[in-house]
Amino acid sequence: MTDSRRVPIAPPAQLPSLPRPGWGDRVSDLFYALFAGVMNVLDVFFAAIQRWIGSRRMAYVFVLPNLLIFGIFVLFPMLLNFYYSLTGGTALFPQSRPFVGLQNFAHLFDCANFLNPNTCREDRFWRGVYNTVFYVVFQVGIMVLVALLTALVLNRTLRSRGFFRSVFFYPVLLSPVVVALIWKWILQRDGLINAALVSLGMERIVFFLNANWAVFWVIFISTWAQMGFYMLILLAGLQSIPSELYEASAMDGAGRLQSFRHITLPLLMPTMLVVTVLALIRAVQVFDQVWVLTGGGPGTATTYVVQYIYETAFAGQIARFGLASAASMVLGIALLLFTLVQLKVGQRSDIGA
Amino acid sequence: MTTAGEFITKTRGRGRADWSDIFTYLYLTFGTLLMFVPVLWLVISSFKTPAALVRFPPDLWPYDIQSVEVEGYATPLPLYDVTMEDGSVRRLAQVRRVGLEAQMVDPVQPGEIVRVRIDQRTEVRTLRLALENYTDPLRRFNFLVYLRNSVVVTLAATAITLLINSMAAFALAKYEFRGRQAIFVVIISTLMIPISVILVPVYLVITGIGWNNNLLGVIIPGAATPTGVFLLRQYMLTIPDELLASARIDGASEWRVYWQIVLPLAAPAMAVLAIFSVMWRWNDFLWPLIVLTRSELFTLQVGLAAFQGELNVQWHYVLAMTVLTLLPITLVFAFLQRFITTGIATTGMK
Repeated sequence: MTDSRRVPIAPPAQLPSLPRPGWGDRVSDLFYALFAGVMNVLDVFFAAIQRWIGSRRMAYVFVLPNLLIFGIFVLFPMLLNFYYSLTGGTALFPQSRPFVGLQNFAHLFDCANFLNPNTCREDRFWRGVYNTVFYVVFQVGIMVLVALLTALVLNRTLRSRGFFRSVFFYPVLLSPVVVALIWKWILQRDGLINAALVSLGMERIVFFLNANWAVFWVIFISTWAQMGFYMLILLAGLQSIPSELYEASAMDGAGRLQSFRHITLPLLMPTMLVVTVLALIRAVQVFDQVWVLTGGGPGTATTYVVQYIYETAFAGQIARFGLASAASMVLGIALLLFTLVQLKVGQRSDIGA
Repeated sequence: MTTAGEFITKTRGRGRADWSDIFTYLYLTFGTLLMFVPVLWLVISSFKTPAALVRFPPDLWPYDIQSVEVEGYATPLPLYDVTMEDGSVRRLAQVRRVGLEAQMVDPVQPGEIVRVRIDQRTEVRTLRLALENYTDPLRRFNFLVYLRNSVVVTLAATAITLLINSMAAFALAKYEFRGRQAIFVVIISTLMIPISVILVPVYLVITGIGWNNNLLGVIIPGAATPTGVFLLRQYMLTIPDELLASARIDGASEWRVYWQIVLPLAAPAMAVLAIFSVMWRWNDFLWPLIVLTRSELFTLQVGLAAFQGELNVQWHYVLAMTVLTLLPITLVFAFLQRFITTGIATTGMK
């Protein structure tokens, strides 16, 4: 079972049982009849294969469909992406693309001064990189802290925990487009926030014409939308800490802050690391929500790497697939680093637990 | 709301609320407002008329200017309460406005035009839900088509994902065969590779197959989810081999063992994966945006994004369509919320 170590969170011992609404029984019976019918028909087919190749080799038949789709749409593209990044031109099919070696990477990394995007040939890429780094650091930092605080608060309340847990989780289910539109409406010139500002005697602010405000709201809104997910994982981590430990430390005369520092924090650390890495991986790919909310603006204030890749390959005047692939290689390497950290953390937390 | 009531009166067993109880209470109240007010504001706003939407400061509830049919005028005229020179108040309909003066008529005696200063009159407004925000786009735009596309993509993709992921998980959990470890490691190692890293080559593959501008191009590529295979495999490992063996002795084929024994026993894990798949597919944006360029193939998310770009000023339609887009997920959550939150807490995936 060495493999199970490689994944964020140990598999569940028990999943909750499904709710069974009475009125749905008839509908579910119908679905089951349909399902059983299809499966019985397929049985004729698979039983024939089994007679032909033998029951032991049926395993290959079972993995085949998944592996086929996986290979065609994930593995093969991963290799192809590398080749793409080494070719130029605007053609889509690789056989009509000239091989240019590392030219795309040289183009991307052609900077007089890497700290100043203005000196780069591909300045939009570097702006995207810096914006993404800034976003990742602050969004992940703030969101993990808020999620931790919320989980700690919810861990105190016993009876209403389920209710509030759902309240904080609800925005996680909303699509990025919906989240962006909800807040775009609130933040617009005649929106709710400006009405509040005016009623307090302040000036109206056109938030998305101001780079600092745009960045602030992008981070705020993504925290609002995603925090509940990480809160749930942290809450599960908190609840797995045995209560005897707190009772023992209270008997020894430890205060609440002391038991937080010496029991809660160290025992929650593995979960915190997992949550942080998951949030990092998500944050590096920031795109859709922001794209609908600000379109990357004002200027390039909220243009991130994935938007650069999307626009370079699919939304520009000319389709620069090679450059986009090179940029996504850079993104992929960043994600790979985070994943490696995650694997290390996963192993450490296994030993710690 | 009984839960909230119990919560307010709950202390840490010392009979008296201390600072941390107060903090908890304030935090949860503020948090609940912060999570729900934006969504509620969207829903309320979606029932306002365009005229009410541009009012600043905005009204809380959807008011509409009351209007009245007056003999001799083709369109209904807006009603106003007018303070006359002698201090009395009359309810008049406005015919037109000329500068600072408005020409009004009494709806009962439409013959006589009354001229009043515009600051002497206030609109008569009534509470009204502007349902045309919902019905107009359904008739005039492609909204129903987007909805159908989204439903097709979500249902088909979820069915395919459940089927092929559970088949693969069954093989990986319950068979010894050459290459098993290798296949499992390869699948798991791509857990963290998102589609945004391989956009261009996947687009090439799709184009090569000819699935450009085809819903299959949205449905199939994401169907072999590593998360699903992993989750189901871990769950199937807990199913005792003896059950499978006894079914085989009774003459069941491998396929029958899979669907009549393993699948029902793995139902809770399948349900978690189904919910995730529905969520992923319903909310998916970047990939459909690339594959689908013809508007009659747009999914809801792509359609909605395009819609708000084109009709930037037509907020009343955008808001109503946003509400319709979030409605299905909200309903699913309302019915299954305990199941969803526990499922995520115990599997830790998204």
